[in-house]
Amino acid sequence: MAYSFPEEVLEYVFAFLSSDKDRNAVSLVCKSWYEIERWCRRRIFIGNCYAVSPQIVIRRFPEVRAVKIKGKPHFADFNLVPEGWGAYLYPWISAMARSYPWLEEIKLKRMVVTDESLELISKSFKNFKVLVLSSCEGFTTDGLASIAANCRNLRELDLRESEVEDLSGHWLSHFPDNFTSLVSLNMSCLGSEVSFSALERLVSRCPNLKTLRLNRAVPVEKLPSLLRRAPQLVEFGTGAYSAEIQTDIFSNLVEAFSGCKHLKSLSGFWDVVPAYLPAMYNVCSRITSLNLSYATVQSPDLVELISQCPNLKCLWVLDYIEDAGLKALSSYCKDLQELRVFPSDPYGAEPNVSLTEQGLVTVSAGCPKLQSVLYFCRQMSNAALIAIARNRPNFIRFRLCIIEPQAPDYLTLEPLDTGFGAIVENCKELRRLSLSGLLTDRVFEYIGTHAKKLEMLSIAFAGDSDLGLHHVLSGCESLRKLEIRDCPFGHKALLANAAKLETMRSLWMSSCSVSYGACKLLGQKMPRLNVEVIDERGSPNSRPETCPVEKLYVYRTVAGPRVDKPDFVWTMDEDAALRLS
Amino acid sequence: MRSIMGDYEETELRLGLPGAGGGGNEGETSRNNSGKRGFSETVDLKLNLNSNNSDGNQVEDMKQKNLIQASTDSAKPPSKTQVVGWPPVRSFRKNVLAVQKNTTATDDKSGGSSTAFVKVSVDGAPYLRKVDLKMYQSYQQLYDALSKMFSSFTIGNCGSQGLKDFMNESKLIDLLNGSDCVPTYEDKDGDWMLVGDVPWEMFVDACKRLRIMKGSEAIGLAPRTIERCKNRC
Repeated sequence: MAYSFPEEVLEYVFAFLSSDKDRNAVSLVCKSWYEIERWCRRRIFIGNCYAVSPQIVIRRFPEVRAVKIKGKPHFADFNLVPEGWGAYLYPWISAMARSYPWLEEIKLKRMVVTDESLELISKSFKNFKVLVLSSCEGFTTDGLASIAANCRNLRELDLRESEVEDLSGHWLSHFPDNFTSLVSLNMSCLGSEVSFSALERLVSRCPNLKTLRLNRAVPVEKLPSLLRRAPQLVEFGTGAYSAEIQTDIFSNLVEAFSGCKHLKSLSGFWDVVPAYLPAMYNVCSRITSLNLSYATVQSPDLVELISQCPNLKCLWVLDYIEDAGLKALSSYCKDLQELRVFPSDPYGAEPNVSLTEQGLVTVSAGCPKLQSVLYFCRQMSNAALIAIARNRPNFIRFRLCIIEPQAPDYLTLEPLDTGFGAIVENCKELRRLSLSGLLTDRVFEYIGTHAKKLEMLSIAFAGDSDLGLHHVLSGCESLRKLEIRDCPFGHKALLANAAKLETMRSLWMSSCSVSYGACKLLGQKMPRLNVEVIDERGSPNSRPETCPVEKLYVYRTVAGPRVDKPDFVWTMDEDAALRLS
Repeated sequence: MRSIMGDYEETELRLGLPGAGGGGNEGETSRNNSGKRGFSETVDLKLNLNSNNSDGNQVEDMKQKNLIQASTDSAKPPSKTQVVGWPPVRSFRKNVLAVQKNTTATDDKSGGSSTAFVKVSVDGAPYLRKVDLKMYQSYQQLYDALSKMFSSFTIGNCGSQGLKDFMNESKLIDLLNGSDCVPTYEDKDGDWMLVGDVPWEMFVDACKRLRIMKGSEAIGLAPRTIERCKNRC
């Protein structure tokens, strides 16, 4: 019986549970397990910052050491969420500063972080170790200076893909001379040049530095100096990888790279001069991860490099690699697990490279461990998708972006329903799917029928009617996040499946046909959802109820309606309450 | 199942591909070989700009489809150059990609971006446009393009002739004193400047956005500009 174990024993056992799902399950067993668990939970993941409030979190979990919070919906990455929408970090920091003095880690994604927040972090948490700001914005390099100056035990500072107002490179010089704890530094998103000598000294005095991702402003001739001071590096991101061709720069690079026996991951490579790529060849045999998505290099040079990396597991590359390069990839890199191919000219009217569906077919055939794909291309066929699905039933993430909206199968001019249908039917472990091309309600029928493990689905310019949405909402048992843009979905499927929305993290619909009246009804019907209308045309009350809203964001929450809404966001149940009173 | 072919033939909203029949290339500024979009393609829809007195209704319709709002019918989306957030490429990737074009000399260290898109507002026009300044080699070409772009909005003499008059310094003061329009731009320092003072390349580098002001408002600029004009004339 549970009560025959002393608390300390249970706590000790619970400490082995790292997954949130397991901890949540444990806390439901009985009241005493709930109590014990909540006092010993150290790591919190909040997938939607508005699903809960800082006060509720702190009340339940008083001894947290690490938080991970996500803010804006994913489509914010593509400018679909207006400026000023929300996801402010400050309320969280100010609450945690009071209640979690021993907080060590803060990891954020798509949140608005101000310099004020950063300063508060740097001064409130004496043992602060890890700061990861992924796709965040709202802060300047002054905020970074506070972190550098005050966080004496900092291990990780990772600014990946954040938008930082770059006032100067001075911030790096604020790390004190006796600061030696750095393990990971990712400043690749910054524009300004930092003081190189400060960087050199920082790297020299931090013996545990494993990850160093420089920004574009660090020139290639300075790399050897850094690499020589940090031969223990595991992950390295270059700056601009271009210079006049000089033999001494090249030979210095070769020597410096050779000294790094532990390098596994390379990135950076802005403005690449292909002649400098061979400098890395003698580390390539150990490389498992390569991010060449800024490297504007042609296919033959890419192939030369890739052919030296037999242990490659993850490759991000521009479509300059072309079908020929992907064929080479599939023959050299049998361990490949993740491939992302980005478009070099996404807005061009005509293809500028010879990259087609064939490249993806070849890789899916040749790389038996491939499980995660993001692929931008300009043509696709059902036949190709069916082949890909049959080749690779082990896909977990499949994100295909055919650049022209509603592009049909280029061979038959039919919709791509059967192709994507084959993907969901064969890939039984599929967790994430992004659709594109010409698609009817049929594809959603296939998805609802087969994609039982699907957690995240992205839809654009697809479908014919509410039936499509209904298939997804009623069939996809594991669905957590659904994001839809420019589809002819109205309110019928939404209202019929309202209860489903409480089992999901969030639903985003923009440029669809959901009427204001339907949104109000949904908000009234489902008090535990925040049904938020985003409309920059002014209050939806000024238009007829049948008028579709611009954007709709629905998410489950225990925190009630947002209190920090901008003037273009309306919460539906709030309105209803006001009208009834 | 709708007839796919029928829909594709019907839609006039898609840009013609360069060289494809019916593309919007009617006599526009010549396109260079690098494959950059010609001016005609920065025009969102196939407005027949060369025809004078363009149909007001046509403009209205196009404006409706141009705005990002929910459409209740399953109409074809506007061309991809118009659609917000499509293709789904993060902005920091767009910036990187704009630095180079797929030319044969990839190790050519050409400094700076190969595009220079700036917003253009014309007083009285209901929405703004964007132009790529690097598409043009001179002020004259820019004015030609702008006149065509905004010819559907009757803003008096802000047509091709009005802007050409602007180039003619002897008419400048007349223009400023009169009811016509004045092209101005915001430079890197945030100051609003009169277009045309500096060499073209310097202008392209410095210009952040363009505004074609109505003459009467430009008079506010006038003291400094008229001084300059007097010095030049």
